[in-house]
Amino acid sequence: VRTDLDHAATTPPRPAARAALSRHLEAANASSTHTAGQDARGVVEESRERVARALGASPHEVVFTSGGTEADNLAVCGVVWADARRRRHVPHLVTTAVEHPAVLAPARWLAERGDCRLTEVAPEPDGTVDVDRVLDAVRPDTALVSVMAANNELGAVNDVASLAAALREREVPLHTDAVQAVATLDVDVDAWGVDALALSAHKVGGPQGVGVAVLRRGLPVEPLTHGGGQDRGVRSGTFAVGLIAACAAGVEEAVADRTALRRRLRRLTDRLAAGLTALDGVRRNGPSDADRRLASHVHLSFDGVDPTALALALDRAEVAGSAGSACGSGAATASPVLEACGIVGTPLRLSLGWTSTDADVDRALEVLTDLVLRLRTGTAVVG
Amino acid sequence: MAEVLVAMSGGVDSAVAAALLVEAGHRVTGVHLKLADVPTDQQVPGHGCCTLDDAQDARRAAQVLGIPFYVWDLSDTFRREVQDPFAAAYAAGTTPNPCVTCNEKVKYAALLDRATELGFDALATGHHARLRRDGAPVSAPGAGVELCRAADPRKDQSYVLYVATPDQLARTLLPVGELAKTEVRARAADLGLRVADKPDSYDVCFIPDGDTAGYLADELPGAPGPIVDTGGREVGRHDGVWRYTVGQRRGLALTVDPHVRRFVVDVDAPSRTVVVGPRDALACRWLGVDEASWAVGERPVSGDRVRVQVRAHAPAVLATVHLGADDAGWRVDLDEPLHGVALGQAAVLYDLADRRCLGGGRITRADRPAGLPLTTASR
Repeated sequence: VRTDLDHAATTPPRPAARAALSRHLEAANASSTHTAGQDARGVVEESRERVARALGASPHEVVFTSGGTEADNLAVCGVVWADARRRRHVPHLVTTAVEHPAVLAPARWLAERGDCRLTEVAPEPDGTVDVDRVLDAVRPDTALVSVMAANNELGAVNDVASLAAALREREVPLHTDAVQAVATLDVDVDAWGVDALALSAHKVGGPQGVGVAVLRRGLPVEPLTHGGGQDRGVRSGTFAVGLIAACAAGVEEAVADRTALRRRLRRLTDRLAAGLTALDGVRRNGPSDADRRLASHVHLSFDGVDPTALALALDRAEVAGSAGSACGSGAATASPVLEACGIVGTPLRLSLGWTSTDADVDRALEVLTDLVLRLRTGTAVVG
Repeated sequence: MAEVLVAMSGGVDSAVAAALLVEAGHRVTGVHLKLADVPTDQQVPGHGCCTLDDAQDARRAAQVLGIPFYVWDLSDTFRREVQDPFAAAYAAGTTPNPCVTCNEKVKYAALLDRATELGFDALATGHHARLRRDGAPVSAPGAGVELCRAADPRKDQSYVLYVATPDQLARTLLPVGELAKTEVRARAADLGLRVADKPDSYDVCFIPDGDTAGYLADELPGAPGPIVDTGGREVGRHDGVWRYTVGQRRGLALTVDPHVRRFVVDVDAPSRTVVVGPRDALACRWLGVDEASWAVGERPVSGDRVRVQVRAHAPAVLATVHLGADDAGWRVDLDEPLHGVALGQAAVLYDLADRRCLGGGRITRADRPAGLPLTTASR
């Protein structure tokens, strides 16, 4: 049986999400005016309310997307373009060097085509982003600041609430990519005071292919998809009723379970990290302060271990971890995030989720303890 | 049953190689090597072997066959060991064979070492060449293996595999060398592989548009110089010796007697001189060869009668070898003169039956008829 330590990539759907998806797979078109259509629309709107409640937002601020990437693109491009149109200028955009490509790539794309001027704030060595450094980058023409709630690789948690408060004084909106954060952090749009937030359902126990963009009232956003005018015209396209219902069910269950899960995962990841860092030449990366890192993530560096051999050997041992994000061809590539933080050694991210158990940790410790030794002494890992 | 790592380029040959190994009962793992970093906007679908499409095709073949599949990024190694030396060789006036270099430094020899280190019993590729042990086809790794021409003579790639040593051949499997290319495609179609009718790639993989001169112009600084005839008279100008290879007839743009048929007969990089002359001036009766690599346990000895092939897809001609004390500076005397021998290419030896590959080396000197103003051999 496979040991899944790659929940940050995707985590299994929760029972409520499975049930909702199958219940609403055959829904009518939620924009149709007949009764079946109205029923379907009822499912969408109820889901919107449930997501809003779970995230501390108003239902009017919840837009369903195809996933986290679309939600990030909508916030970044949509806000920059709307500001350009309103203020008739080339807006300034501030983001960080440790953002997920879903934020960094559209930001750079906008800058390349002359639609914005971009400042990328460097991270601290532990992967967190310093609030003052971000504030220093803000200018009078800044249209948006985008800083992730927690980093996908290192699990470094940022002080989004303090940043939001400081930006509020400067009347600059803040978008936060909360894709990795929602599972274990108390994400609260109101309490944090952010203006936009991105979420992906499959990272918390919902299905793949659906996500949420929270866009606060009063924040002008230019739509990216044009068509039937669904979701206040911000996101045209037939409502994916089944996926939306399953997203809401997954998010709701994840939020209800969050405090208990955080406590459980903290214990499991600490045990995992303690066991592995007891080996020579193995370091845990990211913040040392437990409150500044996700309870779900353990990011490690292995000295003297070949990365491709480690990936192959782990896979053979049926332990799923992340030995690097894949480029277009599927090759594990050097991580710009780790480079920006000056992290060296062969990286491995182990991430836990709502189905993780002590047995998973035991298995990972057993396999990795054996592998590190074998890989360092050049002992074969195949056969 | 053996643990076999198969290098899957995304082409039909390596996909079928993997399929044949699965059928033979081996435990097969696929790996796609990301070699050249070809910018996305320069990728030509179906050309070269380093595009995103190729990685995707290789992955899909592995999925259909139900084998684990990984992509290894060797683009830094490839750049250092193949692409940079490729440009440097042209700049030095020679004509490199990057596939030979790649097999030696990256794709075959280096990957085989890596596979062995990881615990694989063998590395398989989709190369068209046959392996024989005691005259019988090789289906499992083990010693005593000979490298032989492919079943499909037009597709034979033993020329670029001459760098394989007997020890390496013992850990190699080349399953598609036993099949004609049409059979390979038929097998792929039977298996439902989407690469069944994918076009063959003939180009240098990191130059998918086939414009070698254009690639080199981007890689190398301009170095203009004269084009002279065999009497030393200037008959044209060029902007870099790398645009010329011995035997070349087209694209000379000569300004003196432009209608007289002439060939590049020598390229002298230090003086930036390209020499052109009649076809007779290309005649070459002996080759000087360095960097020997032997595919057979019992090496040839001086005076042995062999066949020699001096570039990919050229016929192997009768010759006699003269070996020195070490593996450098040996010589091959040709029974009949060859035209168009380019320095930098591999001289690969075969037995008299033109069946078994013995090994080879890099051509570093070549005979030119007396009277030429410039011969690399004389310097």
